[in-house]
Amino acid sequence: MAEIEDKLLTHIATLARLSLSAQETKSLAHDLSGILKYAESLESIDLAGVPPMSHATEGERFRPDEPRHELSREDALKNAPDHEAGLFRVPQVIGG
Amino acid sequence: MSDWTISGVSEIADAVKAKKTSAAEVVEAHLGRIAAKNEPIHAFLGRDDEKARAEARALDARIARGEDPGKLAGVPIAIKDAIHVMGLPTTCGSKILKQFQPPYEATVIRRLRSEGAIVIGKANMDEFAMGSSNENSAFGPARNPWDLTRVPGGSSGGSAAAVSAGFAAMALGSDTGGSIRQPAALCGVVGLKPTYGRVSRYGLVAFASSLDQIGPLTRSSRDAALVLSVIAGQDVHDATSSPRPVDDYVGGLDQPVRGLRIGVPRDFLKSGVESGVMAEFDQTIAALEKEGARIVEVALPNAPHAIATYYLVATAEASSNLARFDGVRYGLRADSPAARATLKDMYGESRDAGFGPEVKRRIILGTFVLSSGYYEAYYLRAQKVRTLIRRDFETAFASCDVIATPTTPSTAFKLGEKTANPLEMYLADVFTVPANLAGVPGISVPCGFSNGLPVGLQFVGPAFAEATLLRAGHAVERLAGGSPARPPL
Repeated sequence: MAEIEDKLLTHIATLARLSLSAQETKSLAHDLSGILKYAESLESIDLAGVPPMSHATEGERFRPDEPRHELSREDALKNAPDHEAGLFRVPQVIGG
Repeated sequence: MSDWTISGVSEIADAVKAKKTSAAEVVEAHLGRIAAKNEPIHAFLGRDDEKARAEARALDARIARGEDPGKLAGVPIAIKDAIHVMGLPTTCGSKILKQFQPPYEATVIRRLRSEGAIVIGKANMDEFAMGSSNENSAFGPARNPWDLTRVPGGSSGGSAAAVSAGFAAMALGSDTGGSIRQPAALCGVVGLKPTYGRVSRYGLVAFASSLDQIGPLTRSSRDAALVLSVIAGQDVHDATSSPRPVDDYVGGLDQPVRGLRIGVPRDFLKSGVESGVMAEFDQTIAALEKEGARIVEVALPNAPHAIATYYLVATAEASSNLARFDGVRYGLRADSPAARATLKDMYGESRDAGFGPEVKRRIILGTFVLSSGYYEAYYLRAQKVRTLIRRDFETAFASCDVIATPTTPSTAFKLGEKTANPLEMYLADVFTVPANLAGVPGISVPCGFSNGLPVGLQFVGPAFAEATLLRAGHAVERLAGGSPARPPL
């Protein structure tokens, strides 16, 4: 299985939206290689015909899709790092 | 005058209800013990002593008016800092949530409060519940009350330490791969991870949604039964909470264990258990057999694959869950010039500044196993092995009622002992992780000491067999002489 190189790790960090330092990238690549090597033990298991398990519940339970008032705008904005006129404020989205 | 900081949950509630003491006096006794003994243990990340006192006085006033104060009247509870309590910040042990004030209350807290419980503080934890030693807390580790040079376990380390040290009569933790049972074992208290879906997760900050479950840490199985009977049950706010009726967990506790079939997976236990831990385990099993329990050999052939499976499944879910921490709606936003350039830069810089090393490690691993080209080889394969692990339990439970193992391969280890090697830390959860993958319940109860440190015994049962686990746990306590040992602080 994969020996994680710095280049692959940088790609993964971009997907994960983590601006890692060069040192973090190096040490995480090392750790990940070790963990994935450990996970190689799963390769020897015969999984033919075995379905994947995503959840341990007995089945889906849905409530009726009815609007309810759960959180006021004021409460929703209370923890926001920056907001204006009742909206979340963020840096430039397009370009740059 | 009684020392309420060693009393059981029902003992306190009964005395408060009968006006033999007041909630105010019970809370004051616990705050006094916290003030005197907590500093080196660092069990809490947040407290509001005045609020706790005010809640106690309000409860006493209700009792004076003749109202029923509830099953947990005046009982102080510590809450893992991943569960929302209105009026106290939820930090999750992370810098990224340092200032976060929850805008709503967790269902479990609502239920506990309606039965008269009083929140005494938010308990220390590994950042985002990722860790087995509490050393990943961004605000400094909690320490083991039995030996301050050792870890209390994790991730609910502060919860276990608080109950062990007498700072609270009960605590809530969350268990994704052993985070209630492992610290309970290391601190010498009882810890119960309920069946997936038995307790609402609404108001618990999500780590791995298909594995997370909230449960109690207490000083006895009786207390755990009482707490579970309050927090269990369906919740409209959690679609995965089960509509099954909640059993009477307290009523059957004293039933003898005669005839109880206890499965022991001897093959699985060959993997690196400390001899002192194994000796206490074997002795307890022999004592249970003498009481009339039937010991049967069971096989869990895929259990040795559980750690690898867990770290692929749990990190994948975590990478998705933790995507919400983006510096937009809540949490830390980096303010460097780089972070101010574009939205994308702000995301990356904020997350790099806000998350600690273990959380980044797991986000990266989880993102990798879900990424195009690797998904099938890692994530999908792990999900299939998860099916085999669940089937192992189904097969085993055809011939036994509960499965017994040591909760952990060793007693509490030293701070710093396992921090250099993440894999070695992960292996501390080898016996607890399989139950989370299968969605079945598990309990850890103290079963003795090795070199002066507590040893925990774990029972795992079929889905919704919490009553059987609590009864088995209660039997172990009875054999040990009843009252739990208290650390020499």
